[in-house]
Amino acid sequence: MATFNLKINGEQQMVDVDPSTPMLWVLRDHLKLVGTKYGCGIAQCGSCTIHLGGVAVRACMLTVSSVGNQEIRTIEGLSENGDHPVQKAWLEIDVPQCGYCQAGQIMSAAALLENNPNPSDNEIEMAMNGNICRCGTYTRIKKAIKTAAGSAS
Amino acid sequence: MNTISTKIGRRSFIKNTSLAGGGLILGFSWLNSCKPKEAQNMAVREMPSEWFEMNGYLKIGENNLVTIMSPNPEGGQNVKTSMPMIVAEELDVDWGNVIVEQAPLNTELYSRQFIGGSQAIRRGWNGLRMAGAAARQMLMEAAAQSWEVPLAEITTAAGMLYHKEGKRSASYGEMAATAAENEVPEDIALKSLDEFKIIGTSRKNVDGRSIVTGKPMFGVDTYTKGMLTAMIVHPPAFGMQLKSFDGEAIKSMQGIKDVFAVKVLDDDFTRQHFDTCTFLEVVAIVGSSTWEVMQAQKAISVQWEPFETYGEERQPYRGPQQSLTIPAGLENTETHRQMMSRMGSKQSTVVRRDGNPEGAFKSASKVIKRTYTAPFLAHNCMEPMNFFADVRDNKAELSGPLQKAELTEHTLSARLGIPLENIDINLTRLGGGYGRRSYAHWAVEAALISQKMQAPVKLVYSREDDMTGGIYRPMYQVTYKAALDKNNKLTAIHINAGGIPESPLYANRFPAGAVENYLAESWTINTNITIGSFRAPRSNFMASAEQSFLDEVAEAVNKDPIEFRLELLDQAKNNPVGERNDYDAERYAGVLKLVKEKSNWNNNESSLNQGVSAYFCHNSYAAQVVDMRWEKNQPIIDKVTCAIDCGIVVNPDAAANLCEGGIVDGIGNALFGELTFKDGVPEKSNFDKYRMIRMSEAPKEIDVHFVKNDSDPTGLGEPTFPPVFAALANAIYKATGKRYSHQPFLDNPLNT
Repeated sequence: MATFNLKINGEQQMVDVDPSTPMLWVLRDHLKLVGTKYGCGIAQCGSCTIHLGGVAVRACMLTVSSVGNQEIRTIEGLSENGDHPVQKAWLEIDVPQCGYCQAGQIMSAAALLENNPNPSDNEIEMAMNGNICRCGTYTRIKKAIKTAAGSAS
Repeated sequence: MNTISTKIGRRSFIKNTSLAGGGLILGFSWLNSCKPKEAQNMAVREMPSEWFEMNGYLKIGENNLVTIMSPNPEGGQNVKTSMPMIVAEELDVDWGNVIVEQAPLNTELYSRQFIGGSQAIRRGWNGLRMAGAAARQMLMEAAAQSWEVPLAEITTAAGMLYHKEGKRSASYGEMAATAAENEVPEDIALKSLDEFKIIGTSRKNVDGRSIVTGKPMFGVDTYTKGMLTAMIVHPPAFGMQLKSFDGEAIKSMQGIKDVFAVKVLDDDFTRQHFDTCTFLEVVAIVGSSTWEVMQAQKAISVQWEPFETYGEERQPYRGPQQSLTIPAGLENTETHRQMMSRMGSKQSTVVRRDGNPEGAFKSASKVIKRTYTAPFLAHNCMEPMNFFADVRDNKAELSGPLQKAELTEHTLSARLGIPLENIDINLTRLGGGYGRRSYAHWAVEAALISQKMQAPVKLVYSREDDMTGGIYRPMYQVTYKAALDKNNKLTAIHINAGGIPESPLYANRFPAGAVENYLAESWTINTNITIGSFRAPRSNFMASAEQSFLDEVAEAVNKDPIEFRLELLDQAKNNPVGERNDYDAERYAGVLKLVKEKSNWNNNESSLNQGVSAYFCHNSYAAQVVDMRWEKNQPIIDKVTCAIDCGIVVNPDAAANLCEGGIVDGIGNALFGELTFKDGVPEKSNFDKYRMIRMSEAPKEIDVHFVKNDSDPTGLGEPTFPPVFAALANAIYKATGKRYSHQPFLDNPLNT
C-alpha cells in the first residue's frame, strides 16, 4: 500500500492503495466516481475512458502509480452542470440506449474535439473505434459529435 | 372513447390503505441512501410536500407534480420513458410535470415486470392506460363532488380539471387528496386514438441526463456501507467441475476476507425455465475492493475434474416438467460441425408437411439447395454480470440488473430458505441484457455469499468470467431445398433444421402457407454447453437462412427479390396452404412495399449492391434493404433502410433508435460473432479475440420508417435484429457473386 495524491476533476484527492491498482478501481471503489465503467480490463472496449493531461486514456490499464502530477478528468468533471457541448449534443440526439458505455464514448468524443474541432467522418471513426457499444448507437454517436463540433465552432 | 372493465389487472389498483405513507414503494428506502435523487428534467423543480398515491403506478403531489412508476426494468429499450408516457397520456397531464421512478419488484402491484420477448409495451399497454385513466376519473369525481356538479360536466387538460361552464378549475394536485380517498371506478373510459397528445410524439430518454453525467444507476454502481466485494472462480471448461482448491494460500493477500466453495443450486432442485446454471459449484473470493479480489482470483490454485453425466429436473416456461440429461465430455467445435452435418443429412422428425413434397422434388426440373450454419454466441453485455445482496437474519435485501426478477425471487427463496415476503429486490438499470440477464445464477451466488458472510456483498464478474460462463446463443444448422418445375415455378420447399442443443425451426412461419408442397423437419444434439435466450431466439438464425435462400430462389426463377416475396405473400393471403400459418400476409407485404419505396430499390447507383430481407417475429413485421460496397474483403455499408409494422408507436424517435440498435447489433453478429470450443474451453474470453462491431464497421446511415396503423403496439426490441443478417448476405452476394451462408460471414473458411 502507498499513498497517492491525485488531481481529479480539479480537486486534490488522497488515496491509500496498492501501487499496481488501475485508476479505474481507484475512481470507482475508493473515490466512488462510478461514471467510469469497467468493461474488459484490457483496454479493448473503451468503457473506462478518462482524460489524463487532456488525452483520452483507458483507466483500466493506467496504474495509479504512473499518474504522477498529471491531471485526471472523468465524466463527473467534464462540465459543472452537464452542459459540455458533447453532453448537450448527446441529449439532443438522444444517443444512449442502455447507457453503460456512454461515459467512455463521451470522454473519447470530448478529447477528439479538443484536438480536432471539426473532424471528418473518417477522423471520427478512427477516434471512436476503441469504444464498443453493444446496443449499436454508433450512427447517433457520430451525429452527436458533428452536432457538438458545429455548436462549438 | 373505449370502456375497459377494471377487472383486468384489478390487483394493480389495490387501494392505498396499505401503501399510504409506509407501503413498499415508500418503505423501500434501504438503498436510497446510496442512490442519487432521480435527476432528469425535474432538477430545478420544488418537490411537493406531500404525495397522494392514486394507485400502484402513480402519485400526485399537491403542487401538481406527478410521479409515475415504470414497472419493467430498463436495459436500453427505453421502456422507462415509454411506459410512463402511456400512463401520462390517459392521466392527461403535461409530460413536463412528470417524474419517472423505477419500480422495485412488486408482484402485488404489477404483473410481468420482465424484460423478454419484446413484450413490455404490448403486454403492458392496457394496464398502463387503465392506471392513468382510473386516476383521471377519480380526480374528475373529486372535482364533481367538491363543486357539486355532475361528473359528465367535468373535463381535463394537461393536469387541470375544468367545469364545462369554465367558471371553475383546479389542478390535479389540489384535488389529489380527495381523489385518493375515492373508490376505484368499476369502468374506466380510455381516450380514443385521435385524442392522444403524448403517445406518438417523441420524448427524450428520462435518464438521458443521468447517463451523460455519469450518475450511478447500474448494478455495478452499488456501494453501501460495509459492503464487501466478491468474485467467483468457475471451471475453465464445460464438462468440468470443482475438485479442490487452496483457499488458505490467498487468504493472506491484501484485503482478502474469505474464500469458500458455493453450491449454486441443490442437486434435487426443480429448476424453473431460467434457472440454467452452467457451473453448479464455484469458488467465492470475498474481499474489500475489486482490484484486491481480482489479484486473489488470479493467484488462487484450484483443481478441476471432468464430471459424469447427470440429470436435472426442469419446469419450462410452458408445458410439462422435463428431465434433462447433462452429458459428460469436453466438447469441440469441429466435432459439433461434423455431428450437425451428419444429423442434417438424415431424415428427422417431421414437424409440418403440406401437399406432397417428396413427389414435387422427384418431378422437379431443378432443385436448389443450400446449408446455413451459425456458431454459439456470447451476449457480451457491456456491463458484466453482477449483483448486490445483503442477506442477514432470514431477510434478503437485493439489488441488481435482472430481466426476470419475479422468477429469480422464487429460486432465491428456495435456495436461501427465506420466505418470499422477506425478500426485497430493487431493479437497477441493465447495462445491456439481450436475454442474458434472465438467467440469474449470479444473483443466487451473490445471495449465498452474503448469507455466508452475514454482510452486504456485491458480486462482480470479470469480462472473462462473463464471456466464458455459458448461457450462449445455440449453434444452429439448416438446409433449405427448393423444387422448380419445368416452367421454372417454385413447387416445393424442404427445411431440415437443428441445433446444439435446440432446434431453431418455426415450422409455421413464412414461407409455410405460401408453397403448395412443404416439409419441415427438426433435430437436436445434446451438449453440456449451456444456452439461453439471445435477442430474438431462433428467429435470429432462421431469418438469416430463410431470407437468404428466398433470394437465391428468386434469382433462379428470374424474379426481383421483393416481387418474388410479394407473390408468395399474395398466395398466402388469397389461397393459403395449411391452416396454422403464424403471420398476417398483408402486414408482411406492407413492410416490403414500404421498404421498397423508401430504399429507392433498384433505382439508384448503389442499387447494384442492394440486399433485401423481411421477417415476422415478436408480433411485428420488419423489412430491410442494405446498400453497400465491397472493399478489401469486407463490406462498407452505406445505408440500411428499415420498414417496421409494430402497431401504434408510443415514442417515435426512441423507437427508431431501438430499430437502429437492432440493425447494428445484427450486422455485427453476422460479420464477426462467434464463440468456438476446444476440449470444452471457450476459445475467446475477452474483446481482444471476440470481435464486436465498431463504429467504422457500422452503417453510415440508418433510415427507419414505421407503418402507420391503429393496431395495439407489438414488439420492437427484437424484430429488427433477425432480418438484417440476410439483407446483408444478399447485398454481399450482389457485390461479390458469393453466397455467404455461414456465420460469421467474415474470415470464415466455410464461406470460401
